[in-house]
Amino acid sequence: MNKIKQRFISLPRPVKVLLWVLLALFAYALPLLELPIITTPGVDFGGVLFVVTMYALVAIGLNIVVGYAGLLDLGYVGFYAIGAYTAAILTSFHAHWPLLLSIPVAVVATTISGVLLGAPTLRVRGDYLAIVTLGFGEIIRLVAVNVEWLGERKGISNIARPPSIGGDDGLFQIPHLYWGDGTVLLDTEDTTAFLKFGVLDQIPYYWLGLTVVIAMLFADKLIKNSRVGRAWEATREDEDAAELMGVPTFRFKLLAFATGAFVGGLAGALYASRQSFINPDSFLLLFSILFLAAVVVGGQGNRWGVVVGAVLVAYLPQRFREFDDFRVLVFGLALVLLAAWRPEGLFPPKRTVRARQLEQDLEELEEGHEGEEAARA
Amino acid sequence: MPDLTKQTPATPDPEAPRSTAPSGGGPVLEVQNLTLKFGGLTALDDVSFHIDQGEILGLIGPNGAGKTTCFNAVTGVYRPTSGDIRFQGGSIVGMKRYKITQQGIARTFQNIRLFPTMTALENVLVGADAQHKTGMFTALFRLPRHRREEREGHDRAMELLRFMGIHRKADELAANLSYGDQRRLEIARAMATEPKLICLDEPAAGFNPAEKVELMNLIRKVRDQGYTVLLIEHDMKLVMGVTDRIVVLEFGRKIAEGKPAEIRDNPAVIAAYLGVDEEDAS
Repeated sequence: MNKIKQRFISLPRPVKVLLWVLLALFAYALPLLELPIITTPGVDFGGVLFVVTMYALVAIGLNIVVGYAGLLDLGYVGFYAIGAYTAAILTSFHAHWPLLLSIPVAVVATTISGVLLGAPTLRVRGDYLAIVTLGFGEIIRLVAVNVEWLGERKGISNIARPPSIGGDDGLFQIPHLYWGDGTVLLDTEDTTAFLKFGVLDQIPYYWLGLTVVIAMLFADKLIKNSRVGRAWEATREDEDAAELMGVPTFRFKLLAFATGAFVGGLAGALYASRQSFINPDSFLLLFSILFLAAVVVGGQGNRWGVVVGAVLVAYLPQRFREFDDFRVLVFGLALVLLAAWRPEGLFPPKRTVRARQLEQDLEELEEGHEGEEAARA
Repeated sequence: MPDLTKQTPATPDPEAPRSTAPSGGGPVLEVQNLTLKFGGLTALDDVSFHIDQGEILGLIGPNGAGKTTCFNAVTGVYRPTSGDIRFQGGSIVGMKRYKITQQGIARTFQNIRLFPTMTALENVLVGADAQHKTGMFTALFRLPRHRREEREGHDRAMELLRFMGIHRKADELAANLSYGDQRRLEIARAMATEPKLICLDEPAAGFNPAEKVELMNLIRKVRDQGYTVLLIEHDMKLVMGVTDRIVVLEFGRKIAEGKPAEIRDNPAVIAAYLGVDEEDAS
């Protein structure tokens, strides 16, 4: 694994970019390919993939809080709920804004809630923080259950969808593949409209979710490889030493919390839009645990690890629905095995590789700088 | 404040004196009537001393004399019960710990406290970041400030690792370094914060005699670069050899202050270290 990674890093830049683009294209095309074995039987594959992207998004956000800054957050679903409810209220329940206008508001509201929760609680450490956040997640859900303005148990329906491009039929139709006996055909009967956010075909939502995930992965990388990312890690490793080395640890912990809330709120708003209906049962404590499981299983602190973790946690139960009764048992067993064999997760961060990457980034920076100077002269 | 706009030269010369070279005497740090009590226990009792610019001051005393407590008060870990600590003329009592570091007091730890899962280079970069201002948005959009600070920080960190002789291990995890290299890395990290005053808490602990000699030379080199050094050390030979002046603590009180030669012959100090009958000591 490590060797593959190192070989990848030493590839010339254009080749690397090409490989990434191919990977992204494959990810976008995945629901159209209808690959046997991978495609979920009996459940709409596009819908499953959309949920996978939401888990991935949430895992990226939670990884900033838990993996980078080392703050154990057991109530992350609270932020997810705030994002979802803000979008729901603004587009359906109390106003009729378009979704694209409500998402920024939802995200800002969630970020503010993150700061409000973090400001008093981030002064406590470790276990105490876990308990406080656990309470936060439940409080948000109970508020939604009991406040009429938030729809109580009935929930909120008719949440706005993203705007379709090209009307009801989309700009053009993309045929899916059909896997016959030893032949692969284009199936012109089974098509996806580009780009119509409708009720039946969930693939466009998946594309939207995947785009957001890719954007967040980029943002995550940029922030991680900077003073901010280093400050988070230093705080996680030794808070007192970090503070004495000039890191305003409280401020950076709050920043991590707010950033995590931002991503969680975004995921919540997208989820609400896709479901078109939410109620408090969409935000049970169980989801906080599953989100955390995605981060821990994948390898906290490694952005690709947590994405893999999210894929496993969200996809496998759907793929093996026929074993429904044993799902939780298998999941629990898998966690125990993981704890025994790979306590740091499937893909823990490889820091030496990262250091080499850092060197290369800096070389690129320096090249860029020389370019600037040449331009100035 | 160090001049950040000035570009670091492409091939920095670690031997060259820094821009903040000794500016002609004057105390960098003044500790005035410092008293620190934990409940009924008086850890520091009316301690006063000062450190001049460009000086190496030794702080010595038997175990439990209050040396590290004094360090912790200076770096903001403990808040003094009474008394004042003035750094470059201004009081730093009650100031946040990271602010004190940003103002120019850096320290190492008696028990090594690096960031173990970060590389040696990253450890030093965290120190260099003390003088940086890159935030979320600057980093996210790769604004010029981020690029400049990353480049400067990296150059400075590598220069310091080279100065400490551990630049070949820049990409090693701090946890994987040898004991001695970890101590050196701590000093490099402290120096990266661009301090005026650098406080070393028993830097020679666990070193063999050869390493101690090397460390003495290193501390002198640090001073020659324009830093002021406050040194806590048990090893008398090292302290006598490297310091300009020594302050001796015992049971939280200052019992002597002076040049190494004076301290060596001071009966109170000898008594404190070797122990004598109470009648003789008084």
